[in-house]
Amino acid sequence: MCAAPKQGGGLAGIDLSTQTVIQGQVWHDGAPVAGAYVRLLDSTDEFTAEVVTSPEGEFRFFAAPGEWKIRSLSAVGRGERVVSADVGLNETTVAIA
Amino acid sequence: MSRTDVLVTADWAQENLGAPGIVFVEVDEDTSAYDGGHLEGAVKLDWKQDLQDPLRRDFVDKSAFEALLSSRGIANDDTVVLYGGNNNWFAAYAYWYFKLYGHSDVKLIDGGRKKWELDGRPLSKDAVQRPATQYTAQDPDLSIRAFRDEVVASIGSKNIIDVRSPDEFSGKILAPAHLPQEQAQKAGHVPTAMNIPWSKAANEDGTFKSDAELAKLYDEQGFDESKPTIAYCRIGERSSHTWFVLRELLGKSDVKNYDGSWVEYGSLVGVPIEK
Repeated sequence: MCAAPKQGGGLAGIDLSTQTVIQGQVWHDGAPVAGAYVRLLDSTDEFTAEVVTSPEGEFRFFAAPGEWKIRSLSAVGRGERVVSADVGLNETTVAIA
Repeated sequence: MSRTDVLVTADWAQENLGAPGIVFVEVDEDTSAYDGGHLEGAVKLDWKQDLQDPLRRDFVDKSAFEALLSSRGIANDDTVVLYGGNNNWFAAYAYWYFKLYGHSDVKLIDGGRKKWELDGRPLSKDAVQRPATQYTAQDPDLSIRAFRDEVVASIGSKNIIDVRSPDEFSGKILAPAHLPQEQAQKAGHVPTAMNIPWSKAANEDGTFKSDAELAKLYDEQGFDESKPTIAYCRIGERSSHTWFVLRELLGKSDVKNYDGSWVEYGSLVGVPIEK
């Protein structure tokens, strides 16, 4: 229930007319990063959720419309990205410098 | 009770892997994490399969807990060292659960699986089989578990701490944002609850903040030392994390975890809700 579900995969069964999905990949050095910790922060920078990326570097959140920050932490470094999300699918990429 | 009695570092854990009398236990809901690599010699507990009654919404009973620990090879006098994913949410839940059934020596690995991975420490895929034991549990210690009627009766009188994220507290979202947002229950929080997210008690690598930082956090948020405390979240695992901080690290007295949490409270007919 509260544990991280498997990341990546299709959107079958997800109602994009009601859900605000923020998903994407974490990249470093031209390749996706598996096993990176990705957290979703709200407009006050407070923790809202955290997942671990799939073998293809994918992550997915179910949020609400508004401004969010995505921060990635991994053994190879960290990256951050601000996203303005609407109802439906919002895709983004986080680069680890 | 002090911090070193209940919390061990990743260094300590690594040095004590395989030590007699110490059992490492990984607790996750998604046990594919354990299967993909775990601390050498650690056994696994599945938060749902092993620790929840398969039919009713409740714990497994005393005899099922005894059977579970016996089959995992955990003895009454073993030191149980718990760790897991999700910043130790489920390991903290298991800590509370082991205490509920009276296990005396339980510890958490500070930072859990995340800190271990970020440090690049070794993981093993070897199957772990410990010889079975004859574990004996105590009757549940209900002084650390709150039920719904007590929560309703505590509105305005006890410290009620909602440890969910601010957006869950305000009702903007209904679940942590890694989960789909379709839920049956109403959005909001228990009236008079303070919103002190569990995450404020942890560093980004999943380790707990220092005792001084933790004491300051609750003090600033209006925690009243003279009152009993009830912590809740959505299903009771994040509030176990806060229960651990308040009772085990800060030594507060009379702290209960309301494991029914928002999934129960937000579905009750007629109880007051604030948004």
